[in-house]
Amino acid sequence: MKILGIETSCDETAAAVVEDGRKVMSNIIASQVDIHARYGGVVPEVASRQHVIHVTPTVAEALEVGGVTMKELDAVAVTYGPGLAGSLLVGLNFAKALAFSLGIPLLCMNHLEGHIYSAWLQRDGDGAPDPEREPGFPFLCLIASGGHTDLVEMEAHGRYRLLGRTRDDAAGEAFDKAARILGLGFPGGPEIQRVSGGALGKEALPRAWLKDSHDFSFSGVKTALLHKAQDRGIYPPPGELEGADMEREVREMASAFQESVVDVMVSKTLEAAEKRGARGIILGGGVTANALLRERMVQQSGLPVLIPPPILCTDNGAMMAACGYQHLIRGHSSSFDLDVDPSLSLE
Amino acid sequence: MSSLLSLVSHSPESTREIGRILGQAAEAGDAFLLTGPLGAGKTCLTQGIAWGLGVEGYARSPTFVLVTRYRGRLTLHHIDLFRIEDPLEAWDLGLDEYLSDSGVCVVEWADRAVEVFPPDCLWINLEYGSEETERQIDINVKEGTHTRLLDGLKRAPAWKSGNVETG
Repeated sequence: MKILGIETSCDETAAAVVEDGRKVMSNIIASQVDIHARYGGVVPEVASRQHVIHVTPTVAEALEVGGVTMKELDAVAVTYGPGLAGSLLVGLNFAKALAFSLGIPLLCMNHLEGHIYSAWLQRDGDGAPDPEREPGFPFLCLIASGGHTDLVEMEAHGRYRLLGRTRDDAAGEAFDKAARILGLGFPGGPEIQRVSGGALGKEALPRAWLKDSHDFSFSGVKTALLHKAQDRGIYPPPGELEGADMEREVREMASAFQESVVDVMVSKTLEAAEKRGARGIILGGGVTANALLRERMVQQSGLPVLIPPPILCTDNGAMMAACGYQHLIRGHSSSFDLDVDPSLSLE
Repeated sequence: MSSLLSLVSHSPESTREIGRILGQAAEAGDAFLLTGPLGAGKTCLTQGIAWGLGVEGYARSPTFVLVTRYRGRLTLHHIDLFRIEDPLEAWDLGLDEYLSDSGVCVVEWADRAVEVFPPDCLWINLEYGSEETERQIDINVKEGTHTRLLDGLKRAPAWKSGNVETG
């Protein structure tokens, strides 16, 4: 069964063809990151205009690379929330028109559920077992990106319990702000990771544990970083420090920030997994492409950790197709009247 | 005539409480314009305003998406102009539409687009205090227009450090 997945919830126009919910036949992503970089983040109006430009060629390329004709498609899966309203509208309406004209089911999917189903995708025939059989439900899922930091328990297909989420900044947003404080570029996560290499680990920043809650808070560590950056003459730019001194300070502080955010995410994920009796951990969302987070989670977890490759952690169409497949085989399909839901949650 | 209502908050909890009192008094079309450095408590105050409007849970920072909407007794538009460098970009965001609809707006980093806002908005500046969790919250009061919003705060004098006439 071949499903076309379309994802336009934020700043990536993405389309993919996935066979039987697991085999990625194509996965095309037209990123707008260069356009948004000069604004230091995603600008919703700009994003939706870019989606309009890119959606048709991206879908065409996904079909071509996958070697699939439109007539061979069994369904179209698309993100209808959460995300930016204007961006979601482009993908949703494109998918509606396509599914309607082909006379095949339309599957309107939750973006966060899509991130979880990235764990079902197989890389080029790597023969990984179906997570449903090995290690099996329930899973504890950490979905961390620029807009979300959610801890979700997945009890079975389609059954979710939101255990915790951020109370202020999403993890990716915290990385963006930290990068800005340290005079680095956008998006902040990859930049912080890049400059942290070779840090001596001399700096430490606080962690917000929010005991007795599965919620996160990244506002305090951001403020602590700001104060340190001011004390050391890094912020506001142009700071008093220059050359090698500046580089060293930025490296140490970026590393301390990354350590703090990763430490909290790993500890709270594992704590929740233990408390809920999870059999495996699933990571999804752009922030889970972070190398330190992946490494620490695997090191510290006694449970199997299912981590998609970075290209399937960030927003993509394949995860939406995989998600759509699980709904389709359970007899679900969506009404053509369904509207976007920018603040859709997973429960 | 405008004056400054100066409050001192000693914790994120009391910053949220100040917000909650403002949110309870808010009516359709009100706009709270927040200024102050990173980490001063703008999102924290907004969480309180949202609670005062009957929104459940914690309002999260909208920096990444620029605008978030919450459903309470009135719709809350939580807007963040942190990434805006030119007031014209605020128009591109549709800021004027949010300000003129029947909800309540909270705008963080409102000083990035001063000229976009109508004159009757309530400006609130947050600054770091002398202790780690202390914050100075200054509300710019225009005589006659903001009485309804501020009555509750004036009745709860615990945070009040002075009510200074600025002419």
